[in-house]
Amino acid sequence: MKKTYKIDVDCANCANKMEEAANNTAGVANAVVNFMALKMSVEFEDGADTKSVMEEVLKNCKKVEDDCEIFL
Amino acid sequence: MNKKQKKVLTRIIIASVLMVILVLLPLEDYPLVRFILFMVPYFTVGYDILLKAFKGIKNKQVFDENFLMAIATVGAIALGEYTEGVAVMLFYQIGELFQSYAVGKSRRNISQLMDIRPDFANVMVDGVLEQVDPDDVEIGSEIVVQPGEKIPIDGVVIDGNATLDTAALTGESVPRTAKNGDEVISGCINMSGVLTIRTTKEFGESTASKILDLVENASSKKSKPENFISKFARIYTPVVCYSALALAVIPPVVRLIMGIDPLWTQWVYRALTFLVISCPCALVISIPLTFFAGIGGASRAGVLVKGSNYLDALSRSKIVVMDKTGTLTKGVFEVTKVQAVDISEEELLEMTAMAEAFSNHPISRSLKEAYGKPIDTSLVSDVEEISGHGVKANVSGKVVQVGNEKLMNSIGVQVEDIVEPGTVIHVAIDGKYHGYILISDMLKEHSKEAIIGLKRAGISKTVMLTGDSKKVADLVAADLGLDEVCAELLPGDKVSKVEELLATKTDKEKLIFVGDGINDAPVLSRADIGVAMGALGSDAAIEAADVVLMDDDPSSIVKAIGISKKCMRIVYENIYFAIGIKVACLILGAVGIANMWIAIFADVGVMVLAVLNAIRALSVKKYK
Repeated sequence: MKKTYKIDVDCANCANKMEEAANNTAGVANAVVNFMALKMSVEFEDGADTKSVMEEVLKNCKKVEDDCEIFL
Repeated sequence: MNKKQKKVLTRIIIASVLMVILVLLPLEDYPLVRFILFMVPYFTVGYDILLKAFKGIKNKQVFDENFLMAIATVGAIALGEYTEGVAVMLFYQIGELFQSYAVGKSRRNISQLMDIRPDFANVMVDGVLEQVDPDDVEIGSEIVVQPGEKIPIDGVVIDGNATLDTAALTGESVPRTAKNGDEVISGCINMSGVLTIRTTKEFGESTASKILDLVENASSKKSKPENFISKFARIYTPVVCYSALALAVIPPVVRLIMGIDPLWTQWVYRALTFLVISCPCALVISIPLTFFAGIGGASRAGVLVKGSNYLDALSRSKIVVMDKTGTLTKGVFEVTKVQAVDISEEELLEMTAMAEAFSNHPISRSLKEAYGKPIDTSLVSDVEEISGHGVKANVSGKVVQVGNEKLMNSIGVQVEDIVEPGTVIHVAIDGKYHGYILISDMLKEHSKEAIIGLKRAGISKTVMLTGDSKKVADLVAADLGLDEVCAELLPGDKVSKVEELLATKTDKEKLIFVGDGINDAPVLSRADIGVAMGALGSDAAIEAADVVLMDDDPSSIVKAIGISKKCMRIVYENIYFAIGIKVACLILGAVGIANMWIAIFADVGVMVLAVLNAIRALSVKKYK
């Protein structure tokens, strides 16, 4: 399953960091952050609960880039 | 500028004014006062950077730009270089502000040029027009589009005439006309007249929504340069930090051992310069920005690219494989020649059209269209369709036989072998040969131009694939100047032919397949780059292709390649320029030639120039 979320982040490098953090979150098969469109598209692993996974993704992103937001 | 940016701007202005005043004040004799006073602009402009750097360290994300800047400025201040310390922070913030402004601006720019999202639909409720959310309009509803409004949902015109501006969708500036019975697509702007439309799709499935979706999600497929840059940034920053540390420690220690003055201050200053230069922002922002602008610019020219990787691939294309029908030719059969024997051409066409009056075959239809007058069917009787041969009918008392060579042979009429591109229809009246009519698929207006343009764009091989007969295919290929032609192919053969061609080229060279999106989804996905053209309204094509040409003009492929090359040129310019200047300044900094001010240029100046260069990719006027 694939879902796209709106995000807010200030710099391109921070977006790259968010992408890495999202990819390292359990339940995420693949995540791509598009800085220019301010979007994150996340492909979930089968059977993953998207809501709780995304909360985890947000937590991990906040860790690497304090000043970011994902609109869940 | 948004609120956040305005706040930063205010801080920058306050800090700059304060700094100018402090530099002019004679404070040399009061070191403590001077230090305290300089801290005011320093914290005004840089407190958030310091905070972020601190948080980064706490979250074990040490090596980022904030950290670089914090260390460099704190270090400079510790060395007593207050002016430089504050200036680095100040210019860093100016650079960041410029970057975020430029990014925001191009975001808006691109959403403006893709301004096809309809905001409402007018629905007639109890005789009164009401504006409703297009999402709530069901299939088969009647909607009204007033002059100046966008068509919100795909549908068929059931009342009214209008001219439509399709520029936002196709890049084509000539307006189209829509009348009763025409299919219209969402996103067009109604320029004149009121249209009543019966919707044939839901809003989410309509062309405008599909296209927006496609463009907005475009850069999720990243190109090699983009991946390279993000990997580069990940390795580069730590490397530079450790190098700076080495630069600050090793030379003085060596000098100390050698028994000469270690010059600690000088080497630490060099190391700090090093840190300022090294900030990777110029690269990290300008590359995705270039691709974003390139994709945006391309969509303005009617070329939708589904990802920056395809822009990269397009610029490397070497082989272009094209479908014939619908791509190079119009895909519509037309009477192109009437060759009458012993009767007038008009009479021949009339007799033929009448004999075919009851048939609905595409060929019959084009015959009737060429005749152009209403047919009195009461004059036609005893119609007999002989499958694989043609038609026999009694027209005003005469026996008219219309069909191919086999039919003529079967009734004992001798015909010449005619070599023409298309289908030849022979006509015999009362058993006597009276000539033939040629029906063929017309070449598109710009097909020839397109092939010449492709050659000029560096394409080494142009190939045409077709299910048509070899005779017709060869004539078309010769006319257009194609390098290779493969005729009489079944849809499955096209895939294997493309695979054969794929095997003949190196990995770096790319193969483009161009089709009209009908029946060629497997080939579109097998090619390096699948290009669907004339995709307005064809969902299958939009889904299967990597690049979608909004109009059905084959010379748009040339346009797409041109845009991709320009974009990639800018990408590489930025990579070489930014890395080149940085490396040069790093070396100058290490040997002590470059001071902090040059470092600021290497950081902020390079970033500003790279961003300005990136925005150039948005301009596609040349290719329109």
